[in-house]
Amino acid sequence: MSLVARLRKGGLPYLLLIPGLGWLLVFFAVPLGFMAYESLKSGTFLTGTLEFTWDFKNYSDAISNYSEQFLRSFEYAGLATLIALLIGYPLAYVIAFRGGKWRNALLLAVIVPFFVTYLIRTLSWETILEDDGVVVSTLKSVGILSEDGRLLDTTVSVVAGITYNFLPFMILPLYASLERIDHRMLEAGYDLYGRRRDVFLRVTLPLSMPGVVAGTLLTFIPAAGDFINAELLGTPRQFMIGNVIQSRYLEVSDYPTAAALSFLLMALMLVIVLIWARIAGTEALLGTEGERR
Amino acid sequence: MEAATATAPARPERAGAVRLGRRLLNGALNLFAGLAIVYLLVPIAVILVFSFNDPRGRFNFVWQQFSLDAWADPFGVPGLGSAMGKSIEIAALSTVGATILGTITALALVRYEFRGRAPINFFIFIPLATPEVVLGASLLSFFLNAGVATGFGTILIAHIMFNISFVVVTVRSRLIGFDRSVEEAAQDLGATPWQTFRLVTLPLIMPGVLAAGLLAFALSIDDFVITNFNAGSTVTFPLFIWGAARVAIPPQIYVIASMIFLVTLSAMILTVWQQRRAERLASVRPEPAEV
Repeated sequence: MSLVARLRKGGLPYLLLIPGLGWLLVFFAVPLGFMAYESLKSGTFLTGTLEFTWDFKNYSDAISNYSEQFLRSFEYAGLATLIALLIGYPLAYVIAFRGGKWRNALLLAVIVPFFVTYLIRTLSWETILEDDGVVVSTLKSVGILSEDGRLLDTTVSVVAGITYNFLPFMILPLYASLERIDHRMLEAGYDLYGRRRDVFLRVTLPLSMPGVVAGTLLTFIPAAGDFINAELLGTPRQFMIGNVIQSRYLEVSDYPTAAALSFLLMALMLVIVLIWARIAGTEALLGTEGERR
Repeated sequence: MEAATATAPARPERAGAVRLGRRLLNGALNLFAGLAIVYLLVPIAVILVFSFNDPRGRFNFVWQQFSLDAWADPFGVPGLGSAMGKSIEIAALSTVGATILGTITALALVRYEFRGRAPINFFIFIPLATPEVVLGASLLSFFLNAGVATGFGTILIAHIMFNISFVVVTVRSRLIGFDRSVEEAAQDLGATPWQTFRLVTLPLIMPGVLAAGLLAFALSIDDFVITNFNAGSTVTFPLFIWGAARVAIPPQIYVIASMIFLVTLSAMILTVWQQRRAERLASVRPEPAEV
């Protein structure tokens, strides 16, 4: 057996993994360790001393002081995910089954928002929802909005911004799973005298579930950690946990609190991912289907 | 187009009503999809339109009058040009770094069976499921404790870090379902493993690698959250906008955004068009080379 062949059997894969995994270990895993260390320090930079003391009080304080922002984050992210699903599913369905020659153009329209910088997309919503803008004045004239009512700086504007910014993350996996459905399955359903509703509910919808799971996850995770929409389209009354983390970190240098909050957020996300993984199966989630085994 | 509906049998006695209901439902669904597309495109249109605005205050939020001033002098705002330059530089470097590291990792993960592959797959997935604010904050904790001054270098490190997982996932999906018999053929013909990789494997996975690179570039040039934590005094394009958003939003920002948009859009359309042409040409041959 040549050296290369022996390497291929044993060490080569590990050798190939060193650079990429090494980078992730040093700049992703190790920093998490440092953050854990940071989260158990007591004192703040304001008091001058930051010492490592296994101070778990940071966590209980973080929960009691910022439970409002935590709950709001999950509420806004949940709402945005739900709305994105309600908008995205019919659109993905139409593109996949009726797109015809327009399919590529429609898909392009779905990813077009990504061609514009995130922050500018959000500023654009500020323009659209402006107090003197077309949307607000129209809503006022039909009486949906009261005379002094506004959209900017409300829950509506923040959730609208979040929904918009992450909508393509919902649509693309939905489209991918719908497009993969074998049309013969649907025909079989109709041949068996299934009505449209039955075929949709018993064939199409179950077959598109992987897309629903992936889409909701891809939308929910960034949405719950977002602070840009709340900052630009809202006021401190709409602030989410991301706003707290970034201001504790970068504006007041309260590292222990910010680190504890980050861990709590990450832990909650992982719990959600694991629940989803149980429902959907890890392979669909990790994208490792069809790997050699 | 309506193949699925056409095959649905309708019971004769209710055929008329069913057909009407179906047509209404179809119409409603198409209308809804159309509105969703409008929702996706309106903010982009607003940006394009407002790049021609001549705002009367510091903020470009209310339409005043048509003007070409901003387009004539896109980098007229101090700092904007250099911020854009920094962003492009970081995006280019981090794309190269992350694409190489991620492609090698993906190759190892798909091609070989070894102990620990499942946990490694999961480990690579975790950064994708971690909120950006956490990635940024933890990296800053690390740099602070290690005594590393934040700046250009730390932004680059951070961008390579968050892009690796995206590259692995993208390249892996291309590698799965790869026909390995072509590699065996190359080896049977006396190619060394390195020659096989360079002349056979790499060209075949190139579309996946390119897609991953494009994705990495787009994510890097657009990143605000992680960069904001690790930038020190370096200012990238998104950081410039963030700073501007609180004090003044000159129309030039919308001009640059429109430019990026138009360049990306044309590149995209050109690629699709070329692919179509290649496919058409390939379909003339009796046996299309399907990989």
